[in-house]
Amino acid sequence: MSRAAPSIRLGGSRTLGVALIPIAFLGLFFAWPLAAIVWRGVAPDGTPDLPALVEIVADDRWWRVAWFTTWQAALSTLATLAVGLPVAGVLANRYVPGAGLLRGFFTVPFVMPTVVVATAFLAVFDALGGFGERWRESVAAIIVAHVFFNVAVVVRTVTDPWSRLDPGVEDAARMLGRSAWSTTLGVTLPRLRAPIAAAASLVFLFSFTSFGVVLLLGGPGRTTLEVETYVQTTAFLRLDVAAVLAMLQLLIVVGLLTVQRRAGAAVVSDQIRSEDRRRPHRSWRERCSTAFVLGAVLAFIGTPMAVLVTRSFRADGWSLDNYRALGDTPSISLVSPAEAIRASLTIAAWSSLVAVVVGGLASAAIVYGHGRAAKWLDGALMLPLGTSAVTLGFGMLIALDEPPLDLRASAALVPIAHALIGVPFVIRLMVPAIRSIDDRHREAALLLGTSPWATWLRVDLPIVWRGLTAATAFAFAVSLGEFGATAFLVRPDRPTVPTMIVRLIGRPGATNFGQAMAMATIRTTSSIS
Amino acid sequence: MNTLTRVVALIAVAALVAASCGSDENDEAGTAATTADVETTAAEPEATEPDDVVAGTKVTLVTHDSFALSEDVIAQFTADTGIELEIVRGDDAGTVLNQSILAAGNPLGDVIFGVDNNFMSRALDADILEPYDSPRLSAIPDEFELDPTNRLLPVDVGDVCLNYDVAWFADNGIAPPTGLADLVEPDYADLTVVQNPATSSPGLAFLMATIAEYGDGWTDYWRQLDDNGVAVSPGWSEAYYGDFTYAGGGDRPIVVSYASSPPAEVFFAEPRPATAPTAVVEASCFRQQEFIGILAGTDNRAGAEALVDFMLSVEVQNDIPWNMFVFPVADDATAPPEFVEFSLIPADPLSLPAADIEANRDTWIQEWAEIIG
Repeated sequence: MSRAAPSIRLGGSRTLGVALIPIAFLGLFFAWPLAAIVWRGVAPDGTPDLPALVEIVADDRWWRVAWFTTWQAALSTLATLAVGLPVAGVLANRYVPGAGLLRGFFTVPFVMPTVVVATAFLAVFDALGGFGERWRESVAAIIVAHVFFNVAVVVRTVTDPWSRLDPGVEDAARMLGRSAWSTTLGVTLPRLRAPIAAAASLVFLFSFTSFGVVLLLGGPGRTTLEVETYVQTTAFLRLDVAAVLAMLQLLIVVGLLTVQRRAGAAVVSDQIRSEDRRRPHRSWRERCSTAFVLGAVLAFIGTPMAVLVTRSFRADGWSLDNYRALGDTPSISLVSPAEAIRASLTIAAWSSLVAVVVGGLASAAIVYGHGRAAKWLDGALMLPLGTSAVTLGFGMLIALDEPPLDLRASAALVPIAHALIGVPFVIRLMVPAIRSIDDRHREAALLLGTSPWATWLRVDLPIVWRGLTAATAFAFAVSLGEFGATAFLVRPDRPTVPTMIVRLIGRPGATNFGQAMAMATIRTTSSIS
Repeated sequence: MNTLTRVVALIAVAALVAASCGSDENDEAGTAATTADVETTAAEPEATEPDDVVAGTKVTLVTHDSFALSEDVIAQFTADTGIELEIVRGDDAGTVLNQSILAAGNPLGDVIFGVDNNFMSRALDADILEPYDSPRLSAIPDEFELDPTNRLLPVDVGDVCLNYDVAWFADNGIAPPTGLADLVEPDYADLTVVQNPATSSPGLAFLMATIAEYGDGWTDYWRQLDDNGVAVSPGWSEAYYGDFTYAGGGDRPIVVSYASSPPAEVFFAEPRPATAPTAVVEASCFRQQEFIGILAGTDNRAGAEALVDFMLSVEVQNDIPWNMFVFPVADDATAPPEFVEFSLIPADPLSLPAADIEANRDTWIQEWAEIIG
């Protein structure tokens, strides 16, 4: 396979130097807490109780749960790709007015608290009548919800590389008589194998560790490893079972990441160019297909959101009462929206900073490092996504409990936990960007007498910058969405927007519910812009 | 300059940019937090009789996410004692208790609030609490003092009950349910939504209610309930705002909620209705009590005692109903009149001994899951 960049390969020690921060970060905030809680589970008295463990592992109930977890995640991933790829294709190939806004819109579900989406979904199911009632508590409903939440991952990860894919090969294929469909399927998509595999692995991990959606739409009888680990830990305090389940989950994740790595191997970087291949619509047929693809997905994502917005304006008829009421904060558990938004933004700023530094350094090490070690690092940094949130939260509680690192109830732990989830996104977006720096451009600039710094500014910066801003934005969104990664941390009382929504929706009374909907609407609109 | 150095430099620049944006916001938030601190500590010098031993120290309250009191009431603690109060929260009451058990010996704070009667034996067995004979116990009726060792002191009490949509039953010409037995009748098919006891505290209380009512026959009851189309939600919010006809526009007019939900539907409505739009099925109510305790290993025992006394004080007890939607336990406390007017206080709520709950809770939940799953 031809590789234009990078032409420079680094010695092991240099790579290690750059990789040190990501490795230390992962070790301290992921590996150590996880090891601590698993050890506590399997060896409560200091020595592992092997017969008890064997009994747990031998229980085929857990294997059935593991099987269900895996196949529903696989189906969810395929369905998300089926919905997301056409959108990415349209946005990558055609000038669509308001494309930026659209991308923002697709990201909204990603940052909506599950409990809000849950009530909106239930309302939609109710509106569908008997059909909806049958859908509830079905695997289909779980998969639909996973598509709803994750379509942004596909759109965001695939659109950019697609828009910079050299159209020459496809033009040739068309010239040789291939149809548009066959060209897309047979020529374009295979060349996008790497970003698609990257997006698919993220969607798979999210669906695999999905929590709120499975609880709500799967009904009590259909549980995943993540849900079982949660129940065993919080309801039964069975740390031994939880440890076994968490390790089982981790093993499956490692296995799948290995498979994904083989499938998506390397980016074919000489086919990624910096030119934009988007062009205006050329015919009514093209306009129709654009309108159809975007319209269908917008309706799908927009319906639950429309329910939410409608409810936020309902208070004995249509009114702004719910929004006005948000200003009154009589209780310590509720703060004003401005305060909650500020808390959310502060956490998101810190967490995206940490994620970009850790993820950026890791990306550099991955691109320029020696093959094997670099791939290890990439895979290892994906693991937090596939790890049970409750296990990791409880692990941090018992591992980070001594000064100078008594972070158990510290405000710092929340952005750190968010950054653990954000780093894989940063890597997914930064690695292709760094790889696409073409050494020939740089060498040409240097040859023409441009100084190294000027070359850096004019050649490297513009290319990596796009990846960097996209990565920062995604890490920011990951933090704003919270993902329950922090639900199991003990945290100081500074409510964020999702916390406020959950608290309001946890209180009876029409105005409390209305306020929760208003808060969620404010959040929705602010995340679009 | 090689490519690696370039990329690292680029990331460093970006990090600096992000850091400057980030720290700006942080400064703002920091200022806001400081202002709030000043507000709560402003009264410190004027405090009437700050206790010399504890004034100037800090006490940490570990609690669940539903803990709430009025801002001015909570500020009074620091004003009166000179002790800084820090509140740290976990998810729900059960999770916070488990976290405290894991942190035994090196506690997350000085005081834990929110352990309820369904989990009290787990807390007592785990030996994570220190006894405290608060002087305020004299104001608390014996019926609430479930822990004779005074490691868990009662703070509030409420009942988990079936709620129903009054208008729905009137419109549909069906008599509202009067007890648990009605729910398995054909007339009430597909009308009820409950919560999963493994993931929801009212869900667990309702399971306990059926066990208190039917004894060993509870499994048969749940089988019939399942055949009669009961819906199960993971949590209270999803059931109440997703499925309940009155609050969520769902299609189930019967929901497991609290005895205090009807007054909340009156109080938090614009305009306020003259009668409560939802009602409680008295015979289905299961008693839920919340406790406070001093965490073993606290390094501020005096501060912790002051905080426990404060939580049992008349001021806090009076403030509890509209913040946490439960009743105070102190006999000198008075719940707000609107709260009392629309609340139903079950004369004889269902209950189970804490030791029975502890011995069987996990098995019951698993058996339940097998019936419903």
